[in-house]
Amino acid sequence: MEEKLTLFKNRKRFGIEKNIDLIFKNTTLALSSIVAIVLFGIILVVFFQSFESFSRYGLNFLVTSEWNPVKDEYGAFTAIYGTLVTSLLSLLITIPLGVGTAIFITEDFVPKFVREIVGSFVELLAAIPSVVLGLWAIFVMEPFFREFFVFLHKFFGWIPLFSAEPAGRNSLLAIIILVVMLLPIVTSIARDSLNQVPKKLRNASYGIGASRWKTIFSVILPAALSGIMAGVLLALGRAMGETMAVTMIIGNSNVFSWSLLSPGYTISSMLANQFGEADGSQVSSLFYAAFVLMILSLVVNIFAQWLVKKFSLKY
Amino acid sequence: MIMNSLYYQKKLSRNVGDKFFTSLSVFCALIAILPLIFVVTYILIKGGAQITPELFTLEPNPPGDDLDAGGINPALIGTLVITTIASIIAIPVGVGGGIYLAEYSNGGPFSKFIRFGVNVLAGVPSIIAGVFIYALIVSTKILFGSMYSGFAGGMALSILMLPTVIKTTDEGLKLVPNELRYASLGIGASMYTTILKITLPTAFRSIATGVVLGIARAAGETAPLIFTALFSYYYIVGFEDLFYEMGSLAVLIYNFALEPYDAQNKLAWAASFILVISILTVNIFSRIFAAFTEKTKRV
Repeated sequence: MEEKLTLFKNRKRFGIEKNIDLIFKNTTLALSSIVAIVLFGIILVVFFQSFESFSRYGLNFLVTSEWNPVKDEYGAFTAIYGTLVTSLLSLLITIPLGVGTAIFITEDFVPKFVREIVGSFVELLAAIPSVVLGLWAIFVMEPFFREFFVFLHKFFGWIPLFSAEPAGRNSLLAIIILVVMLLPIVTSIARDSLNQVPKKLRNASYGIGASRWKTIFSVILPAALSGIMAGVLLALGRAMGETMAVTMIIGNSNVFSWSLLSPGYTISSMLANQFGEADGSQVSSLFYAAFVLMILSLVVNIFAQWLVKKFSLKY
Repeated sequence: MIMNSLYYQKKLSRNVGDKFFTSLSVFCALIAILPLIFVVTYILIKGGAQITPELFTLEPNPPGDDLDAGGINPALIGTLVITTIASIIAIPVGVGGGIYLAEYSNGGPFSKFIRFGVNVLAGVPSIIAGVFIYALIVSTKILFGSMYSGFAGGMALSILMLPTVIKTTDEGLKLVPNELRYASLGIGASMYTTILKITLPTAFRSIATGVVLGIARAAGETAPLIFTALFSYYYIVGFEDLFYEMGSLAVLIYNFALEPYDAQNKLAWAASFILVISILTVNIFSRIFAAFTEKTKRV
């Protein structure tokens, strides 16, 4: 890029032409800095709006689960717990599924066109709007899993995670719909990083007599690990911020429960549900919750970018 | 005996293990394609059954016991209007910013920071964009005293589109070979003529594909709209309607899916049908288009 610039600078130009060039350059410069302005604007606005609630509750907001607009008492623990549990558990299910699918797409078990079809199916899944997945989850997925949840409660009810009597919408359904939404992200990033592993490595591994899966586990996957990790972190950020499908299926209850079979809350579903009707200090508390969500997803995102830079493939 | 050791032996533990993992991977792939098939099938069946000419022309009736739910005309037009507003804001800013990053910046701290900011902005949860616009525009009534408005909704969506547009422009321009720029310089063009007449047109196809995909994605977004554009049951008739509550397909699906009445639920399926079919069509076509461009690349 540098070389290109100096070449253009070396030419002698008339005043008008030079000025037009300069104006154009500065316009694009201004337009690109809008990104930074918007980003800082979001952080500042959300922070200042949450200031009232922040100064009132401090960090206690994060660990109490009282949410009572009548008594004007607010604590977001239920929502924060819900956000972390749904996103982490859904990620735990998505990682093996997504990486397995990515391996299927990059290896040659089946002819290329079949793999291409599978690949584009998974990518098209990412294009389905989240609100449509929510609609589908309400009317198709929830009845489908109802029996299974009753069974789960009957036999594993002694585990705190399944202790509640299943009744309609619950956190576990939210986790399942999150898996559907995260799958395309993890799969496509894992596929890209598996594709970037040089063929030499694979051939060398076959050459010394390793079997296909020995090669995948000991050579290919470790080489692609940083890319896959970054994809997983991006998916985590997406899971934490995902709003519509989760709001529609999680049941939206602020009563804290360890059980996945009882209705729950996430920060984003709380925002979607209450923001429209909130007033007074509830608004400030919701902004505080939004601020927590933003910090969580910013940290995850920045860490993902750092990881990509730090451990990007050096072959 | 010795000869046999060269042949593939089924029962060897490494071969059994390989078979096991291969089938596991195939199983993962099968599970991965199931959701799309299920979702699309249900939408085609449940939504397709609701498609009538009246659907496109009528207003939705307010939820109640009456069996007739009406149509989705205001929401359909609203989605088009809000997405257009978002595009009008995000495309010039995004393309301009992308031009700066790809053509002018020289890898200094500023451009590094902007690229980093683009990635961070892409990761900001969509509902936060809604919260931001709510605080900035809706609650302050800064837009001619109007609170919830289609315009505010469009601004919230533009925040989500912006990173996509910048990224595709930046990457599309970087793929343009430098020889074209040298040739342009050689015949005496200035930098800005080169960009507008040579590099942008060359990269037009890849930028357009990315931008169209970004628009399709924004059309399905709901979270930023539920408390910026809100929802409306009434036709959009004139320009001033931009500054009032405006319905959209996505918010209609959200509102009506949670209604206890069957008629409203059916309307939600019908709206999903239209939304998904148009988004999938755009996606599939741009995919085919991109593959086609790949094969016929001139340089």
